[in-house]
Amino acid sequence: MSVPSGYEAVIGLEIHVQLSTQTKMFCGCALSFGDQPNVHTCPVCLAHPGTLPVVNERAVRYALQIALALGCEVAPRSIFHRKNYFYPDSPKGYQISQYDIPLAANGSLAGVRIHRVHLEEDAAKMVHLGESGRIHGSAASLVDFNRGGTPLVEIVTEPDLHDPGEARQWAQLLRTTVEQLGVSDVNMEEGSLRCDANVSIRPPGAEELGTKTELKNMNSFRFLERGIAAELERQASVLEAGGEVAQETFHFDPRTGSLTPLRSKEYAHDYRYLPEPDLVPLAPTEQMLREAREALPELPDQRRRRYEAEFGVPEVTARQLAFDAELGTYFEGALEAGDGVEPSVIANWVTGDLAAARRHFGADGREVAPAHLVAVARMVVEKRITHASGREVLDALVDPGSSIGDPEEVVESRQLAAVSDSSELEAIVERAIEAEPAAAEKVRSGNPKAIGPIVGAVMRETKGRADGGEVTRLIREKLGAA
Amino acid sequence: MTDVLELTAAQAARQIEAGELGADEYLDAYAEAAAGEELNAYLWREDPNGGRGGGRDRPADAPLGGVPVAVKDLFCTEDVPTTAGSRILEGYRPPYTATAVRKLTDAGALVLGKTNLDEFGMGSSNENSGYGPVLNPWDRRRVPGGSSGGSAAAVAARLAPCAIGTDTGGSVRQPASLCGIVGLKPTYGAISRQGMIAFASSLDQCGTLTRDVADAALLLRAMEGRDRCDSTSVGIEGGVELPSREDLEGLRFGVPRELSADAEGLEAGVSAAFERALGLIRELGGEVDECELPHAAHGLSAYYVLAPAEASANLARYDGVRFGLRADGDADLLNMYERTRDAGFGAEVKRRIMLGTYALSSGYYEAYYGRAQRVRTRIVEDFAGAFGRFDYLVTPTSPTVAFELGARTDSPLAMYLSDYCTVPMSLAGIPTISIPAGLAEPDGGGPELPVGLQIAAPAFAESRLLDAAHAIEGAIGFDATPGLGGG
Repeated sequence: MSVPSGYEAVIGLEIHVQLSTQTKMFCGCALSFGDQPNVHTCPVCLAHPGTLPVVNERAVRYALQIALALGCEVAPRSIFHRKNYFYPDSPKGYQISQYDIPLAANGSLAGVRIHRVHLEEDAAKMVHLGESGRIHGSAASLVDFNRGGTPLVEIVTEPDLHDPGEARQWAQLLRTTVEQLGVSDVNMEEGSLRCDANVSIRPPGAEELGTKTELKNMNSFRFLERGIAAELERQASVLEAGGEVAQETFHFDPRTGSLTPLRSKEYAHDYRYLPEPDLVPLAPTEQMLREAREALPELPDQRRRRYEAEFGVPEVTARQLAFDAELGTYFEGALEAGDGVEPSVIANWVTGDLAAARRHFGADGREVAPAHLVAVARMVVEKRITHASGREVLDALVDPGSSIGDPEEVVESRQLAAVSDSSELEAIVERAIEAEPAAAEKVRSGNPKAIGPIVGAVMRETKGRADGGEVTRLIREKLGAA
Repeated sequence: MTDVLELTAAQAARQIEAGELGADEYLDAYAEAAAGEELNAYLWREDPNGGRGGGRDRPADAPLGGVPVAVKDLFCTEDVPTTAGSRILEGYRPPYTATAVRKLTDAGALVLGKTNLDEFGMGSSNENSGYGPVLNPWDRRRVPGGSSGGSAAAVAARLAPCAIGTDTGGSVRQPASLCGIVGLKPTYGAISRQGMIAFASSLDQCGTLTRDVADAALLLRAMEGRDRCDSTSVGIEGGVELPSREDLEGLRFGVPRELSADAEGLEAGVSAAFERALGLIRELGGEVDECELPHAAHGLSAYYVLAPAEASANLARYDGVRFGLRADGDADLLNMYERTRDAGFGAEVKRRIMLGTYALSSGYYEAYYGRAQRVRTRIVEDFAGAFGRFDYLVTPTSPTVAFELGARTDSPLAMYLSDYCTVPMSLAGIPTISIPAGLAEPDGGGPELPVGLQIAAPAFAESRLLDAAHAIEGAIGFDATPGLGGG
């Protein structure tokens, strides 16, 4: 999935993050997911007459952490606005959001500029009865106000992304970043992380932006990438046919992977923003800012840079470790246990053989303690076992059918200790040369690549317990080809 | 019986506490009066013999122990019908009680009933009520003013010793003026708005309607304070002192020409009563001088952009989905919204929603809302400048005495002019009180009717304001009462 040839893609993202506070944005109702409908409601979030919103301080603190993690400037006084629209998911008839002065702006994450970060409240959930699942043509619609008023942070990027895959990767990085902060569940399926995309294309090198379209409802990273790719294709074909891209909003259907335009009535709002008179400006104190700053953990992009700079880990590996929170935590644990073993070696084990073993055994696979992984790596480094044996040890540790939990035991029970007695290895090498005379002759006459069959014979006899480098050295020595 | 109905709330509370007056006897007298009222002042009345009686168990040390209070039906009262004067809330019983009302009952007061009003507080005559107009007890062919017309008429007609109302552009002061009682609008933020059904949130403030200035202080004292449920509430620092001042020595009173002599539609009788009041202020030792509020004349225009704009959002929640009226039929969503709101809202409410929606619309926001906000800022600055030279500003409360029912219903602009003198103080958010300044004939003749004197002070200077009002009240010595049989 890439950009249609002959065009440059310009992509910006709008991400909504549900904060994992105890209570809603403007009232004391508990946050919930999957509870009975309408049990977490009160006069405020049902918009009874005379009720007033009160800002959730925890939500402000969480939003400040997100803003600072994205390198934004925090506004000394940001303003809440009313965004007016009639729909049953909006009990007040307006959403309290931020408009001309957002909580924070002008940040960046991994080279993508952040336009703004603001606080708002989530809408209630609508359930449309009937086949379509949409309000049009439904027999009836039900409203569940449990979700209504959940604190949301909206993050808007500049149009700095140029490829669907890049957009996906960046969105994943953003998710990991927010996840590290511990301020949201960031679960796309459950809707605690939602991603919309603004997409346009233009001839490469053009200064002016093409007309953009908006894509909504892409509830997984895969769909985000697919949706953007599909829309880029569509825009290209419109232009190829001599047409013009119209400013539209599309709804992504995850079942079919197709994009359907929303009826203009469904999105062409004049929101009639006005400053929310029920709330005073949001002015974070110096102390709140300091506390938010101090609460920031090491963030994925910082971590990637540190792994590259301090440990010499290649960028691809550093990314893998830093942008996957679980993997990163594991790696950090292994580093602590790994005195003496090079971090870059541990990094390779974590992202290479351990990841492969985990993939192989899937969800049933057993956890490998970071100290055990380091033990395996150390045995290989110290040539007590070969790399191939190390891989076998890891497999045994992950294998749910095995009961051995200690790497040393695996080595012992499977007799994986490397052939370290050089006279024993020399004898094996000599036998292998005798067994492969044709190959031996070629090596002698100056073709080092012909060594393969002889090495193979040694490995067969040692069951992989011989060090490949040492074997090669010995063969060459014996054949006078060193 | 008539005697106890003539007591002020403070006098009654004192007598009840001293054991000279039975609380039940006092409440029954008012319950009986309210039950027999003919002014349409009440929309709901507490049944004195009913099982509720919660307020009868008075806490000790209750400054309002045993005092019945009439509550404008714009305040939510738990489980008690609350209509906002609108058909769209017919039958609605709120699940909670407004902070202001709760603080009154915490202080020992009893909710006597819910009073009639202009729908959602939008009106100056009470003719915009969805439940019929309130009649002025001084002359039943005339309006009591609005929007707190029910509260004002009830207090003037001895149907309640005191009442609370709401004031957005003059809705406490103007009806108090037209009914010959005291109406106090405190500083914006002095009393919590939680549970007060919103009209224009940046202007709405709970106020009092009482027989005298001391009662106003008593009620304000019980209600003011910061409320964590209302982020815009701050309370009055230092609290509220009960007024005691008898003279005005050394105090400076500014008279803004724009809101007195030059006020649009100022009646001769009102002007004369105002001049007499100025004379009394001088006699009490006060200095009276002209002052300028250059932008005050634009107050009404700015108000009629800002208030409807906020109202258009505040009233969006009445959509038939969760409470109140829902139009029947198997219509689709949009149709249900339209038919519900068409059936539930009255003409003036619809007009203001339209005005406000237009003013906020894309492409018009700057020209209307943005500009009106700037006018508001200028008016705030005007007052700040004036209070650099003066301790108080005084004007007539209403340019006219009570007008006849139907006289202004055909012309919204004529109706809006009723608040010409009160709106600027609302835009500035400052505390303002209206006290009776005497009686005057309307232009064109007729029986004499009450005139109000409006006194304004800087923000949160309520104690000083009440002190001056108390001194002037004593000098004016207004003791006329409506001829209750008249009409």
